[in-house]
Amino acid sequence: MKGPSAWTVFWRTVIGRAYPRIIGAQREKSWVFFEIFLPLLSVTAYVFIYRAVQAPPEFIGFVVLGGAMSAYWLNVLWSMASQLYWEKETGNLELYIVAPTSRMAILLGMALGGVFQTTLRAVAIIAIGTLLFHVPMAATSVPILLGVFVTTLVALYGMGMLLSSLFLLFGREAWHFSNLLQEPVSLVSGFYFPVRALGQVVAAAASILPITLGLDAMRQLLFPAMLGDLRFLSPLVELGILSGLAVVFLFLAHRALAFFETLARREGRLSVRGQ
Amino acid sequence: MVSDSFAIRTEDLRRVFRAKRREAKGEKREVVALDGVSFSVDRGELFGVLGPNGAGKTTTIKILATLLSPTSGRAWVAGLDVTTDSKAVRHHIGMVSGGETSGYGLLTIEENLWMFSQFYGIETNVARKRIQELLAVVGLADRSRTKIYHLSTGMRQKMNFVRGFLTEPEILFLDEPTLGLDVQTAHTLRGFVSGWLAEHRDRTILLTTHAMHEADELCSRVAIIDKGRILACDAPGVLKRELQRDAIFRLRIADLGDARAAVGAQPGVSRFTQTRSDDGLNVDAILTSDGALTGVLGSVQAAGGRLLSLEKREPTLEDVFLHVVGHGFDDEAREGGSE
Repeated sequence: MKGPSAWTVFWRTVIGRAYPRIIGAQREKSWVFFEIFLPLLSVTAYVFIYRAVQAPPEFIGFVVLGGAMSAYWLNVLWSMASQLYWEKETGNLELYIVAPTSRMAILLGMALGGVFQTTLRAVAIIAIGTLLFHVPMAATSVPILLGVFVTTLVALYGMGMLLSSLFLLFGREAWHFSNLLQEPVSLVSGFYFPVRALGQVVAAAASILPITLGLDAMRQLLFPAMLGDLRFLSPLVELGILSGLAVVFLFLAHRALAFFETLARREGRLSVRGQ
Repeated sequence: MVSDSFAIRTEDLRRVFRAKRREAKGEKREVVALDGVSFSVDRGELFGVLGPNGAGKTTTIKILATLLSPTSGRAWVAGLDVTTDSKAVRHHIGMVSGGETSGYGLLTIEENLWMFSQFYGIETNVARKRIQELLAVVGLADRSRTKIYHLSTGMRQKMNFVRGFLTEPEILFLDEPTLGLDVQTAHTLRGFVSGWLAEHRDRTILLTTHAMHEADELCSRVAIIDKGRILACDAPGVLKRELQRDAIFRLRIADLGDARAAVGAQPGVSRFTQTRSDDGLNVDAILTSDGALTGVLGSVQAAGGRLLSLEKREPTLEDVFLHVVGHGFDDEAREGGSE
């Protein structure tokens, strides 16, 4: 008897793995407090700083947008990169490996579910932040803005997929590694200020993180007043680099996943728990 | 791909685990989990791998299920090499482990099972139908909408069983599937396994267990494994018949701390094992002949022991294990064996 095609298995896997994040994660209502209210507190703190120093109102928009995009970064870090470690601990990873499906499909399902889950949070942060702090948005080019947003997410989650393949080998270190990355990335990506403020060299180095360029481009497109001294690169250049990063990260994730799975099988790390 | 009729075949399989230097801390840095394991399983067979904790049962299953590479030796599943054709092997197999905590707590039983079915590309309506049928068989039909963080260990394991059988695998690995379950649940699941195999005669199951009665009840053949080596492999009846030339006695003795000198050292005692209970010591002894019993009883009495009961019985798989391994499961557990 002929079974389903590889293509069918791939997409069914994507949908199956996205399901717990799209449906399951909404069942625990505490996310409203932890993922909307708490991030809004950080945003509020920066808003008051900018108001205190009488910064232009666009800066408040930078902060609200940064707060919303930081939700994606946290999702990539804790629910993509280190996810396979948790899957190993609960016994799911063994079942993923034994199943006749693509590991990339499982990661893609996680990513799509994560994007959906986080978009709910990000939209809520932007909506509440905009209303609360009267953010003056004036989108100059909606198609480019959407292009930058989508490409940023593809590149960012591609990076998450690459990191998660590394985490196939990790034990408890996964937790420390995620902690180690969280704050420095928030700083160098300019979540709450234009990245240009760090200087061209640091901003260029931080451009390896898709969210750095994505934020900079979206800020320019939403707050045209920034187009002067505060921009790092032009939005179209940033979109081009983001597209390149998306391709590179997805390609590397695919290769790394195969490599680390083989290595983890050899070292017996696919199913050792409590490391 | 090898063209043989076996569902599973291993050839001189060896797996060594090496601890990292900082983890080893002066202890042995290499653990030989499997040491030249060779066996074969026919299609349609329910084959048992029987052994205490740390014997190498789980390592064997992990290699066959493509989760672990062997250090040396080869293994084939459905005629495919598990090392070089691992992707192809996965189209033929399923796996259920005892004490599994897989799935997502916020999803219901039905949703979790559906999710796993999608990794095999099963159409949603087919998956839902099979899920309902299988849940009814294991007595969980009325709990299909229960979120899994509300499930007891037994219910969770029943769900895991359904997951393993849902994809109707050609070859299924069951790794200690009734571990930690109550008698009733374990009985239900054993009934389910034998019923499924009776309905699907072309399917093969490899079961690892340290429950002798489970292997005896279910398996057409068993391999007895200890310290990474297979010491015997045959049908349970054949293995037991080989012991029928010996005399097997169970003695319950009070006022005796240790039976090693009083029983184990006596002439004519080929193997023995002892377990403590509230009212004394339970000793199972394999004697070369009935005549050796007189010496054993005299020696127990001389050591101050009081015989509470004496029973001559038919050999069990436990006796087979004791005979080929040289110690019982409980003796091994006391030595702290772990897998």
